[in-house]
Amino acid sequence: MERLTSLEKFHELQSTVRAERPEDRPQVIISAGTCGQARGANGVYDAFRDALAERNLSEKVELKRTGCHGYCEVEPNALVLPQGVFYAHLEPKNIAEIVDETIVNGRVVEKYVVANADGSEHFALAQELPFYRRQQRNLLTLNTLIEPTKIEDYLALDGYAAFAKALSSMSRPEVIEEMKRSGLRGRGGGGFPTGMKWEFCYKEQADLKYVVCNADEGDPGAYMDRSLLEGNPHVVIEGMLIGAYAVGAQHGYIYVRDEYPIAVRHLQIAIEQARELGLLGESILGTDFSFDLQMSRGAGAFVCGEETALLHSIESKRGMPRQRPPFPAQSGLWGKPTNINNVETWANVPLIVNKGADWFAAQGTEQSKGSKIFALVGKIRNTGLVEVPMGITLRELVYDVGGGIPNDKQIKAVQTGGPSGGCIPAHLLDLPVDFDALREAGSIMGSGGMVVMDEATCMVDVAKYFLEFLEGESCGKCTPCRMGTPLMLEIVERICDGHGTPEDLDTLESLAKTIKNCSLCGLGQTSPNPVLSTLRYFRDEYEAHVYDKVCPACLCQNLIRYEIDQDTCISCDRCRKACPVEAITGELKQHNYYIHNHLCIRCGACEEQCPVSAISRLPGYNPPADGAEAKKQSPSHSTAVGSAGGEQ
Amino acid sequence: MDLKRIDEIISQHTDTHDGAYPPVIPILQDIQSEYRWLPEPALVHTAKRLRVPLVDLYGIATFYQSFRLTPPGEHQINLCMGTACHVEGAPLILGKLERKLGIKAGEVTEDGKFGLDEVRCVGCCALAPVMVVDEDYHSLKGKKDVGKIIDEKRKSDEKVSN
Repeated sequence: MERLTSLEKFHELQSTVRAERPEDRPQVIISAGTCGQARGANGVYDAFRDALAERNLSEKVELKRTGCHGYCEVEPNALVLPQGVFYAHLEPKNIAEIVDETIVNGRVVEKYVVANADGSEHFALAQELPFYRRQQRNLLTLNTLIEPTKIEDYLALDGYAAFAKALSSMSRPEVIEEMKRSGLRGRGGGGFPTGMKWEFCYKEQADLKYVVCNADEGDPGAYMDRSLLEGNPHVVIEGMLIGAYAVGAQHGYIYVRDEYPIAVRHLQIAIEQARELGLLGESILGTDFSFDLQMSRGAGAFVCGEETALLHSIESKRGMPRQRPPFPAQSGLWGKPTNINNVETWANVPLIVNKGADWFAAQGTEQSKGSKIFALVGKIRNTGLVEVPMGITLRELVYDVGGGIPNDKQIKAVQTGGPSGGCIPAHLLDLPVDFDALREAGSIMGSGGMVVMDEATCMVDVAKYFLEFLEGESCGKCTPCRMGTPLMLEIVERICDGHGTPEDLDTLESLAKTIKNCSLCGLGQTSPNPVLSTLRYFRDEYEAHVYDKVCPACLCQNLIRYEIDQDTCISCDRCRKACPVEAITGELKQHNYYIHNHLCIRCGACEEQCPVSAISRLPGYNPPADGAEAKKQSPSHSTAVGSAGGEQ
Repeated sequence: MDLKRIDEIISQHTDTHDGAYPPVIPILQDIQSEYRWLPEPALVHTAKRLRVPLVDLYGIATFYQSFRLTPPGEHQINLCMGTACHVEGAPLILGKLERKLGIKAGEVTEDGKFGLDEVRCVGCCALAPVMVVDEDYHSLKGKKDVGKIIDEKRKSDEKVSN
């Protein structure tokens, strides 16, 4: 493509690509982010390609492979436009029928559309789906319409128009003022006002300034940045161009997690395309503004999500945070003023410039404006990425958008904010989701991970999980974090193993507070949050582990036992075969199956293999001393009853 | 070991780089994508070429989790230990894999065929629990027999070698 040397040329290209893409053209769009591809989206794509070719429709119908549409639960899925029919759980063998019925004859094939839980209602159109109805997809809509490796797709939908507008008709302070008025706050976790951050960097005098995109999405349970980069990398580049123009930066870096191969690939292609068109490089669109961008691949360190650690990593050093001030706006990459924002923050910038600060500020709550993407995962029916206005309640998110908890279980908590966040208990589900309300509840919004937990989740185990994570990811620079997290982990492990003492709970709390107050960086300061929030809301579970030596959720391996219910057991021998340590005895059809508690390693293999759910987990490592439980397990097996009852 | 190839990799980076500190991380990343790990002679050579103390390279190679100082298995199994995978039972799956392969996480089987690693979130939380074998993502939701995936891999390898 020809390099664009002026604003007029840009507008010409924009009209050309728009004319080539009328909105009502027939399209088939396959959601093919990492998870879609893992579920077979590429096979579905090939089947559509072949089916369309066989019917001589390849020219008439545009087949697209896009990034993630968000509804990960029902992947692989396809959207048929212009009708807007949404097909879910597709297999290559279904495709011919869909092409014949929907594309040729204009009818909906009901068996492939999404139905509600009891199958009584079918939702043919994407906009009718309960999953999408409550969302406000400012950013994710483009993910469904754009083929990420085609810059023309993005250009046709106002792509780079915001940048052109800023460059041609707004002064630098005007752009910053617009960002400030919009009320946009950092989407990576901190929630710092973006406009103010830009202003700090703008005011610094320097021969060279940098802008950086933090795409080191490390929070386990969050993947919105991956999906944005995979599905619409140009929106991030455009946001950075606007930011670079505003603060006066000449060079930019996108620091992306190396664990996201598709995101890395699409980003690389997008940067090259933008460069080829002259949207990156010298004298952009014939102005005196020059800016270039390069990608820096992360190497696997959670702490590099912290901005000073990230800068060290781009400089090819160990990713260890440093004391602030000076803030990166004063002294960042190689000592130069640097403005860092997260992927989702950058992606919001073009929208704000295009549609205006007032449009953005009209959404959300008093202090948290706009929409936010959340990864709704864990024990929830509709897992996926959802974009909702700030201020929506957790209950609406979990039940209206997420469809509630599967398998008739009760919700126990929602974990937000990853390892720096906390667990919000079920009785606070009416909490509005914004930066401040979540912080008051002892958690944080973080980058937007929301892991739903049901009654089968042990909250002490969750605290242990995050401590293991943080202990491994602590960079080792400051003592409270380096020494404190392993100490906290040791205590929580002891509690999970059934050796906890009442003093442990107090020690844990005081350790947590010390680490919170004394650590150097955000990772350390927030690392006690999972412990503090579970102690605050689920102290009874800790106490059950400590005083009764019982795991109420029947999860901690040292505090549970497996038993066979003789009335339900069909004596099929599957459990005995599945047991890796020969802890189960019994003979086929003899109704004498029995789990030897002292041999059992609590791996769960028998429970999983049992076809009639006769094996269950019970609280307490040993059966009660009176032997009543043991009798229930094996009435005809006298020696076994003895061993179970007498063992320590 | 072909040190010429290491030289080529280093030149690709140092020729275009303008920063004060040599671009050590991208160089190590490229060496690793060539060999799948960082052999000691490669590190020693790189340190000499870049005039960076070997201990600094070692520091970086051990700080970042994606670098390996031991060879991986022919097939590398990465079990996701993200939060969603954890609540969906990843720890029990890890136990199963360890028993199936006869190794602990972080080790490689004696025949060098399979390596097993726990990894932080791979960002496919909707598929939780997730296992990545080489480049393929497997959702283990509701799958009882994770060993089958390994058996199949082994079988298809045998077919190829016959």
